[in-house]
Amino acid sequence: MTIVSFSNVSKTFPPTQRGSAPLVAIDSVDLDIQAGEIFGIIGYSGAGKSTLVRLINALEPATSGRIEVKGAEITGQPERRLRALRLGIGMIFQQFNLFSSKTVWGNIEYPLQVAGIKQPERNARISDLLNFVGLADKAASYPDQLSGGQKQRVGIARALATSPDILLADEATSALDPETTQEVLALLRRVNEQFGTTIVVITHEMEVIKSIAHRVAVMDAGRIIEVGPVFDIFSDPQTEASRRFVSTVVQAVPGPDELALLRVRHPGRIVTLSFKDGNDSQSSVFLELGRRAVGFELIYGGINDIQGRTFGHLTLALTGPDDVIDQAIASIESFVVVSEVR
Amino acid sequence: MDRLIELQGLLWQSAVETLFIVALTLFFGGLGGLLLGLGLYSTRRGSLLPNQTVFAVLNVIVNTFRPIPFVIFLVAFQPLARSIVGTGIGNTAIIFTLSLASIFFIGRVVEQNLLTVQPGVIEAARSVGAGPLRIIPTILLPEALGPLILGYTFVFVAVVDMAAVAGLVGGGGLGAFALLYGYRQFNPWVTWAAVLLIIVLVQVVQFFGNGLARKVMRR
Repeated sequence: MTIVSFSNVSKTFPPTQRGSAPLVAIDSVDLDIQAGEIFGIIGYSGAGKSTLVRLINALEPATSGRIEVKGAEITGQPERRLRALRLGIGMIFQQFNLFSSKTVWGNIEYPLQVAGIKQPERNARISDLLNFVGLADKAASYPDQLSGGQKQRVGIARALATSPDILLADEATSALDPETTQEVLALLRRVNEQFGTTIVVITHEMEVIKSIAHRVAVMDAGRIIEVGPVFDIFSDPQTEASRRFVSTVVQAVPGPDELALLRVRHPGRIVTLSFKDGNDSQSSVFLELGRRAVGFELIYGGINDIQGRTFGHLTLALTGPDDVIDQAIASIESFVVVSEVR
Repeated sequence: MDRLIELQGLLWQSAVETLFIVALTLFFGGLGGLLLGLGLYSTRRGSLLPNQTVFAVLNVIVNTFRPIPFVIFLVAFQPLARSIVGTGIGNTAIIFTLSLASIFFIGRVVEQNLLTVQPGVIEAARSVGAGPLRIIPTILLPEALGPLILGYTFVFVAVVDMAAVAGLVGGGGLGAFALLYGYRQFNPWVTWAAVLLIIVLVQVVQFFGNGLARKVMRR
């Protein structure tokens, strides 16, 4: 079921200075997000991903196009209706944006007050949330007494207070160290699994996508240039920008500079083997090479595990008579995708 | 020195009058300035209730009246004081005119302090479905409370300064006392006694303002 749907949505910001051109932040985006999934949006800063996520809870109005959330059109709705919509969409931020004048308890209580939830129920809900994020002992603390990871956990509790169906995470781990990032991501995964909350994760770190997203959209210059299951994007990126993102976490094929260095060090023919799902083809390849007495050396690459499925690229330098190598390549092509690097 | 001892009663009375004038000014001007500051803050582009026209009008009003030196403002607005509070002289007139002048000044101070609140925090409040009229009292003002206390402490000192010209239209207070009994009667002891009292007053208020702000900001 589609929970968020964009059809031909654009967002233009008026020029900040008289005479300069308006800024097109989102350019004709079509996108469907499914209920219950963790949907990642990756792009460099300025690609428009923060604006895109703010269109979902209408913190920013779209300039044109149609956005539907939970089956209802939100574009062009009056502010009062949008406030009701926002009660059903939680949001967490890179800088946490906690209310520094309120305690942890008060921060989580605020959305409940806005939603008009009465006292005994409110207390019970806050206690539950504090237990869920593991901060029951910090209820009376103020945000500036907490660590970054704790602050984000308060942010998550606050965003979940009104039991929203959708949680928007705007660079939620970008201000955290790697270890804390993993903790927060694990918590988000738990939110998704336990409550079935749809989570939209905005990030510029492919690691985040790799670790929690089910599907991912790659954004560049206000457009979505590629969208698909995370495994597909990682194992077979279609666009240059996606390849660059994938290369930040996956050692795939050597780039031109690396290749030049490898050539100097390794005589022979260089081939890249691409594996997907299952490593038994790997052993067949090496057996075959050995049987045909082709000398091989592994010079580049790696095997990656993306959410339980594996893929990898291994670059080999092959030595031996040319015709033997040709025959060997022909026969291993039945197990794996082979591309010779020239 | 002997003269100062003779005038001791009047000195204390003047100090009380100064406090009276300043307190009422801070009440009326403080409230008016708070509203004006909120208006300036919330109507600016990208804020809670963006409205370029209202913002431009408020901005021009503030920029028109704020630079007028108070000693001129006082006499220029004497007719207005006469028509609204019924007198153009004495403490009542001074409190009226001082409140009016301080509204523009305080409005700017309030606006600047509200701008120290991180926009992200306001956005977080919006993201949970809160409207502007709820955000102002429940998020904006509490988040800016520390800077606002320091701002109002600064305003207190400025109002004490402005109130010193009250004698010009027959008002009282330490300024009038120092001019009338010190300066005009060639008695520096009397002048310096008033100066000393003002310094003590300002120091005490600044001390408490700082303390309160520190407590609110927890640092």
